[in-house]
Amino acid sequence: MNIFSRIIEFFSGGFSRIVSVLFGRGRWMLIVNGLKVTLLLSFFSVIIGTVIGTVVALIKVAYVNRPKSKVLKALNTVATLYVNVVRGTPTVVQLLIMNFVVFASSSNMILIAVLTFGINSGAYVSEVMRAGINAVDYGQTEAGRSLGLSEYDTMKEIVLPQAIKNILPALGNEFITLIKETSIAGYIALQDLTKAGDLIRFATYEAFIPLITVALIYLVIVLGLTKLVSMLERRLAKSDNRR
Amino acid sequence: MITVVDLHKSFGDNHVLRGINDTIEQGEKVVVIGPSGGGKSTFLRCLNLLERPTSGQIIFDGEDITDPKCNINLVRRRMGMVFQNFNLFPHLTIRKNITLAPVKLGLMNREEADARCDELLKRVSLSQKAEAYPGSLSGGQKQRIAIVRSLAMNPDVMLFDEPTSSLDPEMVGEVLDVMRELALSGMTMVVVTHEMGFAREVGTRILFMDRGIILEQNTPKEFFANPKEERTKEFLSKVL
Repeated sequence: MNIFSRIIEFFSGGFSRIVSVLFGRGRWMLIVNGLKVTLLLSFFSVIIGTVIGTVVALIKVAYVNRPKSKVLKALNTVATLYVNVVRGTPTVVQLLIMNFVVFASSSNMILIAVLTFGINSGAYVSEVMRAGINAVDYGQTEAGRSLGLSEYDTMKEIVLPQAIKNILPALGNEFITLIKETSIAGYIALQDLTKAGDLIRFATYEAFIPLITVALIYLVIVLGLTKLVSMLERRLAKSDNRR
Repeated sequence: MITVVDLHKSFGDNHVLRGINDTIEQGEKVVVIGPSGGGKSTFLRCLNLLERPTSGQIIFDGEDITDPKCNINLVRRRMGMVFQNFNLFPHLTIRKNITLAPVKLGLMNREEADARCDELLKRVSLSQKAEAYPGSLSGGQKQRIAIVRSLAMNPDVMLFDEPTSSLDPEMVGEVLDVMRELALSGMTMVVVTHEMGFAREVGTRILFMDRGIILEQNTPKEFFANPKEERTKEFLSKVL
């Protein structure tokens, strides 16, 4: 049977088949629980990634502004090493190393996966953030400082809000990638959405229905996130209105 | 009020300021003019340490602000600065642009800052723009807001770095009017500008800077009528 007839079957005649594959013997609970794991991993990884990414970006920017500071120089070296190592190795390998080497004694797979994905994402977020901060005209910093605002306040109140507005599409991109990247969690025996679909495939000898279902769920999550990002974009674009 | 002692500033091999000595008294309106590349803007930017001098001292109200122990943030609260490119914060409304620093630094509460903002906006006839964003303003309006933003801090001295140089000609007047009014109110001002009419009319002292030094200084009347240095004469013959 070719793929088109399978698609037609999926949406019409095969309804009872779909029900039996997905709902027989409580298999839908696999999907629900898998979805929970995927959402959990995504949510906390995005938060950790954003925090790490912002800190690393701030270190790098601060070092450029004050190349003489020894502390910043050391931090910058660590940050650069971190970005290079994380970007230079596959996420699956990082996940396996975290599980079987770094946290070999821990059995909290969720925590291990969240840390891995968060640390991984942080490297990419930091580069996006750095580009965003550097794109804000230096005159903005000078204006803030000339009013007596500290370096910290100027960054927080003036530079970062403008940087984030500019990099929002790129950040959205990174978070979408991250959500989909969590699908490798099965490598350390976590039952995420992908793993759930695969388990149903295994149990029912039916590949099409569970895998397409899983793919559709990912698609809905990503579309939801896309919507959220564009809403945020519109809100931040308020200051662009020229009346 | 501000005493500058043997101020030098280099950018790499480029020795921009080569020993500036001057004292700016309270209430003075010092206008700095001269050919481009002469160090005018660098001199002005050194006064609030946007550029760190390579050597020399700047003493503001008895405090050496070039001393690394000096808290420059506290000094800058008392020195307003207006930039050539306005540098308004585009993501904030005009009201927030003006009230951000005073509120953030705890000098005023929200209500006081809002009241001060309304009063200042009225002074520059831009009350209706309080809730607008900088993107909707003309260049002249932006610069008037930038002046007001500095004034909201109640500074003791105002520094102007070519405030009209990036404006369309028909907008120069409205900004100079605000500065003129500010001068009349007794504010101490240091203005880098190419507006010779303004220099002559508002300035109490003209500094002519060339190649990193103050080549000549005088009252506006004397300066424009009887320039002494050859370079000054040459410069004035080109711009007047």
